[in-house]
Amino acid sequence: MALAAFLLIAAVALVSALGLILKRNAVHGALFLVVNLGSIAALYLMLGAEFLAAAQVIIYAGAIMVLFVFAIMVLIPGKEETGPDPRRSYRLLAAPLGALLLFELAVALAARRGAPGAATAPAGSVEAIGRLLFTDFLFPFELTSVLLLAAMVGVLLLARRRA
Amino acid sequence: MSPIPAPPVVLGPLLPSLIVVGTAIVVLLLDLLPPRASKAHLGTVALAGLVGALLATLRTWGSGGRAFHDMIVLDDYALFFHIVICYAAALIVLLSMDYLRRAGAESGEGYGLILFSTAGMMVLASANDLIVVFLAIELMSLSLYVLAGLFKRRREAGEASMKYFLLGVFASAFLLYGIALVYGATGTTNFDRIVVAVGAGPRDRLFLIGLGMLMVGFGFKISSVPFHMWAPDVYQGAPTSVTALIATGSKAAVFAALIRLLVAGLRTIQPDSTALLWALAALTMTVGNVVAIAQSNLKRMLAYSSIAHVGYMLVGLVAGGAPGAGAVLFYLLAYTFTTVGTFGVIALCERAGQEAVEVRDYAGLGRRHPLLALTLGLFLLSLIGIPPLAGFVGKFYLFGSAVRAGYVWLAVIAVLNSAVAAYYYLRVIVYMYMQEPEAASASLAPSFAGGLALAIALIGIVLLGVMPAPFADLAQAAVAPLIR
Amino acid sequence: MIPEAYYLALSAVLFTIGVVGVVIRRNPLVIFMSIELALNAANLALVAFGQRHGSPEGQVLVFFVMAVAAAEVAVGLAIIVAIFRLRQRLSVDDLSLMRW
Repeated sequence: MALAAFLLIAAVALVSALGLILKRNAVHGALFLVVNLGSIAALYLMLGAEFLAAAQVIIYAGAIMVLFVFAIMVLIPGKEETGPDPRRSYRLLAAPLGALLLFELAVALAARRGAPGAATAPAGSVEAIGRLLFTDFLFPFELTSVLLLAAMVGVLLLARRRA
Repeated sequence: MSPIPAPPVVLGPLLPSLIVVGTAIVVLLLDLLPPRASKAHLGTVALAGLVGALLATLRTWGSGGRAFHDMIVLDDYALFFHIVICYAAALIVLLSMDYLRRAGAESGEGYGLILFSTAGMMVLASANDLIVVFLAIELMSLSLYVLAGLFKRRREAGEASMKYFLLGVFASAFLLYGIALVYGATGTTNFDRIVVAVGAGPRDRLFLIGLGMLMVGFGFKISSVPFHMWAPDVYQGAPTSVTALIATGSKAAVFAALIRLLVAGLRTIQPDSTALLWALAALTMTVGNVVAIAQSNLKRMLAYSSIAHVGYMLVGLVAGGAPGAGAVLFYLLAYTFTTVGTFGVIALCERAGQEAVEVRDYAGLGRRHPLLALTLGLFLLSLIGIPPLAGFVGKFYLFGSAVRAGYVWLAVIAVLNSAVAAYYYLRVIVYMYMQEPEAASASLAPSFAGGLALAIALIGIVLLGVMPAPFADLAQAAVAPLIR
Repeated sequence: MIPEAYYLALSAVLFTIGVVGVVIRRNPLVIFMSIELALNAANLALVAFGQRHGSPEGQVLVFFVMAVAAAEVAVGLAIIVAIFRLRQRLSVDDLSLMRW
């Protein structure tokens, strides 16, 4: 039962990922990406990471993708990838490159198939995460706040009209 | 639910970076207060903050510590890089006070972002955990992406900014996947515990491939071949003072994390990584130098030449151990002074609406402005590696460490490369002194800030060249804590 | 219970698709979305590995990545919008003022 659910969600994730990189229309691509992000949220749920599943929907699907769609709508109308591709031969390299990368990752991940896998108690409770965030991971947490401030300042600078 | 016990917060080891972040916030707040028309005082405040951070760093020397669950290590190694980064950032603020003002792009946000990215570099130098490495690289890079596009009206600036951004984020994805694989193989992201976990078990393919992907991410950030494509465009399109920061500070900081990971952490897998680094080093310096010959734009030429210099520094990593790492640190110091100075002269020669970035724009500079030409000439000679300037001593240590470690062929390739490089650097000098200027151009009178920056950089390369011993000892002392 | 290996395999495939997307597409927005796809694949791997090690650490790392991704998107879209408001077509190949 669980396996069937996993396979279904994985298939959705794969198809939507392929849709993103193969469809010409950027708006369709964005919608495919939303589907993909949603299916990954479902996988988080299956892995017992409820907090991340919620965060994934709120942050990625809710905030980030809205920004993307907004940007596409501001820029796109009539601006499609059309005409002959000036660097077609260069792009054909993508296939062997992708195959190589996939092979490498497969080798890496297969290395440990028989290894522990002792799925101990679901360690992903919100409490456990919060505790880690404010103890062991306090420094990265604070660093993130500086990062967000810097990003905000940067966007302000870019959005200003003059200079 | 039990209350969360407050973790011990030790701010001491963070003091230098905290000063820089604090200054950034002060600059942003001051920007909102009058006088709003002039931004000159903001540059001064930023400069004061960087000097303060430098002093705090010097005070902490030898007495650093660890903090935040071993996520941050402020050993002498990190402090050495703090010094390099703060110097570079301070010189760049000085240059910007002159250059950005003339371009009419001076702003509080600009100085704030320079400081934020400096803080990211400093944290990166003292990071002892992969997630801190990731966040610090992002803090540094996000600020630089925006700064690269500071001149919004120039098309090249927008392009530079976007190329830098897309390739930078792409590199971050590799870095992150590498972190995920290393975490999967070892169960931790902390450098110390990774070393323990790797040392304990048999060789793990998951870990090695994770490390390879980390190297791809790092390779992008230091612009080593074959991940160097962004560098020429970004160096050319970005404002010259920002280019100087990208070429010096950001490279130094990423090298800091790379050396900490490779030299200190992973001596156990040395045989695997050395062959790879050997090839990367040889390829990087050769491609950088050969393509640089064909460039007519000075900033592009310097971009390729800086790729070549990354290759030289990788030679030190191949040599490995304390001598190799120490030589890389010394070279970074010399390279930082020289590169900031070179870009500084270019920034001063640029005038509104009249960019002096083609090599032929420098024709006759020796007659029009002897002092500036002499300065640029000295920086270029240091880049070639002519004694008694800093570049020569740096190369001497680097290639010497490679020979002593038994990598004679790599040292030979490096020396041949230096000879090739002499050609395109000397061409600029020939233009300056032996060609007539094409058209009469405005006189160049560097402002006090710009002149001061050049003077400091010039004193730096002469001092490093004439009496390198104390600085080399400093670099060796800095790597000592890594090789416990 | 699904073995983590399945999640890891899916994550590897998604990462590869993201990387291929960056190489084959010309629209900077689509390239950027492909990168987001790759980042998400890495996140999935982190959560699955966290499960293997029986620790919430992997999930905490993902939390940071999400914050970083949000910052990246804000800055990146601002850069892209700033450039292409002024231009007609939306393709990285038009950015040929500077040759490679």
